[in-house]
Amino acid sequence: MYDMKALYQAKDVADAVALRLAHPEAHIIAGGSDVLVQMREGKRAGVELISIQGLNELRGVSLEEDGTLRIGSLTSFSHITRDPLIQQYINVLGEAVDQVGGPQIRNIGTIGGNTCNGVTSADSASTLHAWDAIVELTGPNGVRRQPIHDFYIKAGKVDIREGEIQTAILIPKESYENTFGHYIKYAMRNAMDIATLGTSVNVRLSADKKTVERARVAFGVAGPVPLRAKTAEAVAAGKPASMELAEAFSQAVKEDINPRDSWRAAKDFRMHIAVESAKRAFIESVRLAGGEL
Amino acid sequence: MEKHVMQYQTVHFNLNGKDVERTVDVRASLTDMLRNDFRMTSVKKGCEVGECGACNVLIDGEAFNSCIYLAVWAEGKRIRTLEGLLGPNGELSDIQQAFVDEAAIQCGFCTPGFILTAVEILESGKEYTDAELRKLLSGHLCRCTGYENILRAVKKTMYKRLGKPMPEQ
Amino acid sequence: MSKSVGKSVVRVDAYEKATGRAKYMDDLCGREALVAKICHSTIAHGFVKSIDTAEAENIPGVVRVLTCFDVPDLPFPTAGHPWSTDPGHQDVADRLLLNRHVRYYGDDVAVVIAENEVAAAQAVRALKVEYEELPFVLDVQKAMEPDAPQIHDEFPGNVLKHTDIRKGNYEEARKEPGLIKVEGWYDTPTVQHCHIENHGCFAYMEAGRVVVVSSTQIPHIVRRVVGQALGLPWGKVRIIKPYIGGGFGNKQDALYEPLCAWCSTQVGGRLVKLECAREETFVSNRVRHAIRTHIISYVRPDGTLVARKFEAFSNQGAYASHGHGVVAKGMGAFPQLYPCDNLECDCWTVFTNRPAAGAMRGYGIPQAMFAGESHIDDICKAIGMAPLEFRRKNLMPVGYVDGFSKNELYTDTFNQCLEKGMAAIDYQRKVVEYQNQTGPIRKGIGLAMFWYNTAVWPISLESSSCRMVLNQDGSLQFQTGETEIGQGCDTAYSQMVADAVGIPVEDVHVVSSQDTDVTPFGTGAYASRQTYVGSFAIQQTATALRERILNIAHEQTRMPVSNLDLVDGQIVRKTDGRVLKSLGDLATECLYSLEHSQHITAETTAQIKTNAYSFGCSFAEVEVDIPMCKVKLLNIINVHDCGRLINPALAEAQVHGGMSMAIGYGLSEELKFDEKTGKPLNNNLLDYKLSTFMDHPTLQAEFVENAEPTSPFGTKALGEPPACSPAPAIRNAILNATGVAIDCCPITPHVLYRKFKEAGLIAD
Repeated sequence: MYDMKALYQAKDVADAVALRLAHPEAHIIAGGSDVLVQMREGKRAGVELISIQGLNELRGVSLEEDGTLRIGSLTSFSHITRDPLIQQYINVLGEAVDQVGGPQIRNIGTIGGNTCNGVTSADSASTLHAWDAIVELTGPNGVRRQPIHDFYIKAGKVDIREGEIQTAILIPKESYENTFGHYIKYAMRNAMDIATLGTSVNVRLSADKKTVERARVAFGVAGPVPLRAKTAEAVAAGKPASMELAEAFSQAVKEDINPRDSWRAAKDFRMHIAVESAKRAFIESVRLAGGEL
Repeated sequence: MEKHVMQYQTVHFNLNGKDVERTVDVRASLTDMLRNDFRMTSVKKGCEVGECGACNVLIDGEAFNSCIYLAVWAEGKRIRTLEGLLGPNGELSDIQQAFVDEAAIQCGFCTPGFILTAVEILESGKEYTDAELRKLLSGHLCRCTGYENILRAVKKTMYKRLGKPMPEQ
Repeated sequence: MSKSVGKSVVRVDAYEKATGRAKYMDDLCGREALVAKICHSTIAHGFVKSIDTAEAENIPGVVRVLTCFDVPDLPFPTAGHPWSTDPGHQDVADRLLLNRHVRYYGDDVAVVIAENEVAAAQAVRALKVEYEELPFVLDVQKAMEPDAPQIHDEFPGNVLKHTDIRKGNYEEARKEPGLIKVEGWYDTPTVQHCHIENHGCFAYMEAGRVVVVSSTQIPHIVRRVVGQALGLPWGKVRIIKPYIGGGFGNKQDALYEPLCAWCSTQVGGRLVKLECAREETFVSNRVRHAIRTHIISYVRPDGTLVARKFEAFSNQGAYASHGHGVVAKGMGAFPQLYPCDNLECDCWTVFTNRPAAGAMRGYGIPQAMFAGESHIDDICKAIGMAPLEFRRKNLMPVGYVDGFSKNELYTDTFNQCLEKGMAAIDYQRKVVEYQNQTGPIRKGIGLAMFWYNTAVWPISLESSSCRMVLNQDGSLQFQTGETEIGQGCDTAYSQMVADAVGIPVEDVHVVSSQDTDVTPFGTGAYASRQTYVGSFAIQQTATALRERILNIAHEQTRMPVSNLDLVDGQIVRKTDGRVLKSLGDLATECLYSLEHSQHITAETTAQIKTNAYSFGCSFAEVEVDIPMCKVKLLNIINVHDCGRLINPALAEAQVHGGMSMAIGYGLSEELKFDEKTGKPLNNNLLDYKLSTFMDHPTLQAEFVENAEPTSPFGTKALGEPPACSPAPAIRNAILNATGVAIDCCPITPHVLYRKFKEAGLIAD
């Protein structure tokens, strides 16, 4: 039994917003795999909860008229992985969230929860950063859209304002079109683990597959929040795809990342793995895009 | 300390094929409700934070750790526990029998959770490689078997249901 | 005559467990139970000055708050050892039910009894504990330094015990010209058993006695410890062991049974349940001793061991628990596995401010094998000799007899196991194939041997009792104090009983639960003694039962006993093989006889004064991704000679489990502590990396069956041996792949990163 003060179950998005306004101290619970665990630990013991678990309108993946890929915030990881639109346009996201915990966690865990808890190690977060995802929040004043880079304020803190809930993650067409990516989760075991380092790279090649038009890379656990390595991206942009480029690209990530020493891993070790992972993910992304190195 | 106001809610759901309802404390987990109100002893508590898989149940066909699932969320759901697999005269289902035959059971504490995930796998009707099966079963920890005979039991049942011979190692 | 022993009979408890009907501790506890929750210390060392309970006591639902200032002043031991009537050999009584002198982060300082778990948890958080903090020490050798914090007044210098072995003259022998000196330090980690069912128990009072239903391996020992801790006559304590969800040695201690029993006595005998959370299981139960081992070997260039030094420092943690026996067992293996004429061996068991270390699958041998077998490959590297050749030259020879235990190596077990393992993994071909690799991803193959001693004789008492009660249908109930904890002993027992008595295995009903009011005395599940020790009692009791049966058959059939036999549940006339009557008819006639009614039963105690070596080896094949600092285990094979297999399928399954645990030991598992506070950092199943389904390849178990002559059924240890040699085999495979000799386990990417950098394999 959980030590909660009260539970408010939202019937729909409007109701959730109303409950948020009525109970500003209450915490939002979606899947529960983070909130309930922290409640049991004592961290959130005695708080009020607003459950949005029943909001089926926030589940599922769709394409908007302008081609934007829309992922409802309560879509579970396993449903994202199995979704045909995800597989067609941003397969790497499906692969990344397929490495969260284990199957039962992937059935309960949601992409909204994974981003709203503001954790740097979240397996979806680095890929969403690397694909310039937009976060959709719905509040008393309607819908607000915000680039995911701005959504993360600091470790454990995201930009959800009074009365708001996150309702979708959006991937603009410009971001996913003709783009191929690869995610490397570096962890201490092959299942039921959190990332020691998450590396998500994606590239868009020229029509002849010889030149890297655009490369993007983002890391989880290389800083307090997921972050992009813009220096490395600049190194690769417009250059011929080659092993030398992969090497230069990966070495350049060191300019942008700032992993820390913790009992989970040392800074220099994370730095080393980041470089190697960036290289391998870059090579794999180019290969997926039809290029040769 | 601020006093907690007791809050109860009646939950209606289908448990192992039967429509049921219970009035529960909203603070209860699904594990609490299934163990305490329905005496489902197959639902085990091993970690209470979704890491071991011992409390696994099927909700609308998908596997969930019932320890980190609120009881009130069961409203309208179709929930299956290991108790639901047994035939009317106590007959074991094919997957349970395979666990018995392949010596996939030792202390037995992880067994119910594993079998239910196996049910989800088998009901997909798909054929999986060993590596895929390992991944699909990886949400359960077992300290006795090294997972080896559990893999054999699931694999054997999968091929049996597919009507195919089991490939040689 | 149909024999059951040697067949893969289905587990007697398989159906109950496959259906979820098997009742474990919590399944049996009444829902009205009060919940006890412990307040653990948040410092690693110091004294509790005061505990303010006022706020906690005001929380609705809280029934009692009990603190370290309330407990009886009765220090008690916890180890699951047979009691010794010689005070000099008794386990160390060094803790109270709750402790004012806290000795590790997580020690027990208070307990809340409440109507529900939420109130109990709130109350524990509301307790205000004031401490006088003392310096603490986590490292075993630092704890031996002169100015180290003192953990127990009775043990100055923190040394619980030191023992040694001397043979020949090490100092003289090492002066021989031309010897090559090989020296190494090997560290093994603090790890935890991680049985999936946490320890828990519930207690209540009945007829002026206290009853505890517990997830334990050792009900009869727990009865004694509860009596000692509460100051109760042992007859006033009743312990019941239902099905249990794994133990692996953790539940071979009295854990929270004494505290739970005491809690019940403090609330008028009401039902109180105390369940450990997983986080508590990691810290406040028992762990495996982290042992640091220092080995020096002087070797001739031809691989002859001339002189050897062995020093082991065993990290006992805060309380004595199983104490020195663990490292002493490990040291005992050293002179035996590779005999050498000149030896100096010392081992120390040292208190630190870590969680108390107790028994864990292998009891000192996984640590000793990691050090010893890693060192053998280091010798091979130093003298340029093949690891296989060196071992064949130096391993314990056939006919070896240990002077102390009188254990004997009767057959060429080691070479038979090596041959079998080599063939299974294609060893010789791969050794050649993996020479001279240069790329970033390299493969390697390694092997390691293990030494194991089945039971505890002659260090401790070995005694086993059992009872057989014949039913009127010719079947029997079998009871023993040796416990089923998942390993399958109930099934093995049913097979042995069937053969020893002469009835079909289906007619043996094993009583799986132990209840100290009812069950004959037995010390429980530990060492790897169940089938070995139990078999003596079974054989002896079956002989007594058969004698009674055949005497009654004589009365009923008028045939002389010498011409009667009991075969497959039938009374048979030996001369012509004719079935005279069924055992069921005999038993029914006998019980309801108006002239001479008898209930046919037998109960005996067997004291076992032999022990048995159980040997084997592991082969591991790895792929090392050097830039990623990752090891992928490609193949792993264990080969065991555990004598005759009682149940091949269960034996194989047992080996799988031990291998899995040992793979975690080698590659990923370690309980970590914050150096600044002594706080455990990863006491949960997410951060403590035990192997998942995706972390090992197919586990292969092979057997060499040389019947053990001292055992009635030719059997010996298999429970712990599988966990002893995989970790060093993996370590040696990594050495083979990369040339890098790792000096510790687990061999995590963090360790490989450091080592590969030192070796110049990776640059930054």
